[in-house]
Amino acid sequence: MDLSTLDPIALIVSLIIAATPLVLAATGELVTEKSGVLNLGVEGMMVFGAITGFAAAVESGSPWLGFLASATGGAVLALIFGVMTQYLLSNQVATGLALTMFGLGLAALIGQPYAGVKPPPFPRLDLPLLGDIPVLGRLLFSFDAMVYLSILLVAAVWWFLARTRGGMVLRAVGENHDAAHSLGMKVVPIRLAAIAFGGACAGLGGAYLSLVRVPQWTEGMTAGAGWIALAIVVFASWKPWRVLLGAYLFGGVTILQLNTQALSLNPALPAGAGLIVVGLVWLGLALRAGRPAGLALAALGLGAAALAFGLAAPRFQIGSAWLSMAPYLVTILVLVVMSRDRARAALNAPASLGRVFHAAG
Amino acid sequence: MKLASTVLAAAAALALGASGALAQAKDHVKVGFVYVGPVGDFGWSYQHDVGRKAVEAEFGDKVETTFVESVPEGPDAERVIQQMARSGTDLIFTTSFGYMDQTIKVAKMFPDVKFEHATGYKRADNVSTYSSRFYEGRHVIGLVAGKMTKTNTIGYIASFPIPEVVRGINAAYLAAKSVNPDVQFKIVWVSTWFDPAKEADAAKALIEQGADIIMQHTDSPAAMTIAQENGILAFGQASDMKQFGPDAQLTSIMDHWDPYYISRVQAVLDGTWEETDTWGGFDTGMVQLAEFSDKVPEDVKQMAMEARDAIAAGTLHPFTGPINKQDGSPWLAEGEVADDGTLLGMNFYVEGIEGDLPK
Repeated sequence: MDLSTLDPIALIVSLIIAATPLVLAATGELVTEKSGVLNLGVEGMMVFGAITGFAAAVESGSPWLGFLASATGGAVLALIFGVMTQYLLSNQVATGLALTMFGLGLAALIGQPYAGVKPPPFPRLDLPLLGDIPVLGRLLFSFDAMVYLSILLVAAVWWFLARTRGGMVLRAVGENHDAAHSLGMKVVPIRLAAIAFGGACAGLGGAYLSLVRVPQWTEGMTAGAGWIALAIVVFASWKPWRVLLGAYLFGGVTILQLNTQALSLNPALPAGAGLIVVGLVWLGLALRAGRPAGLALAALGLGAAALAFGLAAPRFQIGSAWLSMAPYLVTILVLVVMSRDRARAALNAPASLGRVFHAAG
Repeated sequence: MKLASTVLAAAAALALGASGALAQAKDHVKVGFVYVGPVGDFGWSYQHDVGRKAVEAEFGDKVETTFVESVPEGPDAERVIQQMARSGTDLIFTTSFGYMDQTIKVAKMFPDVKFEHATGYKRADNVSTYSSRFYEGRHVIGLVAGKMTKTNTIGYIASFPIPEVVRGINAAYLAAKSVNPDVQFKIVWVSTWFDPAKEADAAKALIEQGADIIMQHTDSPAAMTIAQENGILAFGQASDMKQFGPDAQLTSIMDHWDPYYISRVQAVLDGTWEETDTWGGFDTGMVQLAEFSDKVPEDVKQMAMEARDAIAAGTLHPFTGPINKQDGSPWLAEGEVADDGTLLGMNFYVEGIEGDLPK
């Protein structure tokens, strides 16, 4: 075991790149769900965005045009779902599932000529002075523009939902569409806009996969990322910042488990280190808010024990199946513990989620 | 007149049917394929689909082929295979290890349908197994990797700890070690056959840990793309992946299923199909190597070609003793050659590989 080859900054950089498609797709789905619409077609919209973005970037030579096309493609696909569910009043769950299959198939068809094609590179923003700061420069200023945009997107969605009149209207529609309708809010157009926004974000997430994270087009390349984005929205109890946290956790543990293997490290070491960091942050927050810090101390203790075990038995390994499970387990566990106050968490689920709205007179 | 011709035609059909029943020969077969990934994965499933197309080209109107792609391994596969058998398919190829128990189960329910399961070891009266000796290809790329690595670190992206994958790791490692005693393998298990993003992340992690050559036992060309981006070298898997890594790919182990699929369909047409186990390698052409890149020095290429020819001729076996298991206990004595039974059930690393084999 040689820890000197483990570069924590490189680790964090790859974590953020791995998480960005999830951040984009999950944030979009959050807005859709907040308006009371459950669109299970995220996977289909992502993979469709991946190919429309890829094709546009290859044909035009500009990755920016690619991202634009992916957002448009995702939104157009989402609007098919929108018309079906909002005007033709089809079942949202079934339509969403159908959208996934449709997106996967259509993307495979469009993608035929693009296998093995190299997309134009999407440069990192090498900010002249900031990027040269030792540690922090690489950690904060070495990404491509989409990473910053994804974080800005989360902030913007939070601000919109929590602080603006438009956001309140959107939430009202999602909570009780009949009441919103009787107050004169245009339920269907508002929902269509939210659906299109969700599709555009999913498309961007897909394009980030095909243009940056893997840089290639392969059929079905999202391989379930859309489903993970859906799950993150629920476990984050529809809160934008928790979506960001969930996505980074998932991406982080995925990257960490792969590196743990490449290093033949005892997985207890990174787990312990992670627990201690979480425990310290938690402790700080609890102390500041004057709340009991029992759980935070428990996390610290558990982390210390894991670290001690990791150091004592450096050659200990666990099955790869467990390691592959880890991202799912950790993300679910952390987000569930955060929303353990069941009454408050339930309040956050849009009350009209998935219900058909039909203006009767 | 019309009636007479109808009667004649009916009689002819009856006669044909009767003779068909005797020899059990058919004049038309419906062939089904079940794939674990999308046909456009440009790896494993893609290559099986190339075989399916070869069957269509060979037999024309006499065959009808269907396929279902991206079928998850496990219980869901049973539903797909059963559906296929029920819809009048005569011969079904299930092309992933994880369809083994499902294939056997469905085969029991449909004794008249012939099944062919790739890479497995369970057979029945109407279930054959077939696979390729991919490890022969792994031996050759191991030699090339051992000679060409500058950091003495080879990164290996593995899917699941099943014998086929473990065998590949061992074969490549032994070959690399035989030409470069300092070589080290870093192995990452991704628990999936197809997930380009995860495969790409695994490749990045391995490069971060000093690997300058990547081998993979997963199905997408994602790792090849990452190798190309990072200016390192890699070997393709299942299919020629040169288009994804024009500078990175040294060569590729290619699966070549066409002749096997054609011969099996022919056997059903002839009524001579029997349960059998086929394990072909370089000798039968089921395993082939893609063209070597210019980056492989002439002497290394020479050595690789000689090894390939010797394996094909049967004078060289990639698992020839003395070989110890990872824990140091002896496996093969000096000059002893591994038997197919042990190879098919291989569940241990050989001596020198670091890390534990996941269970």
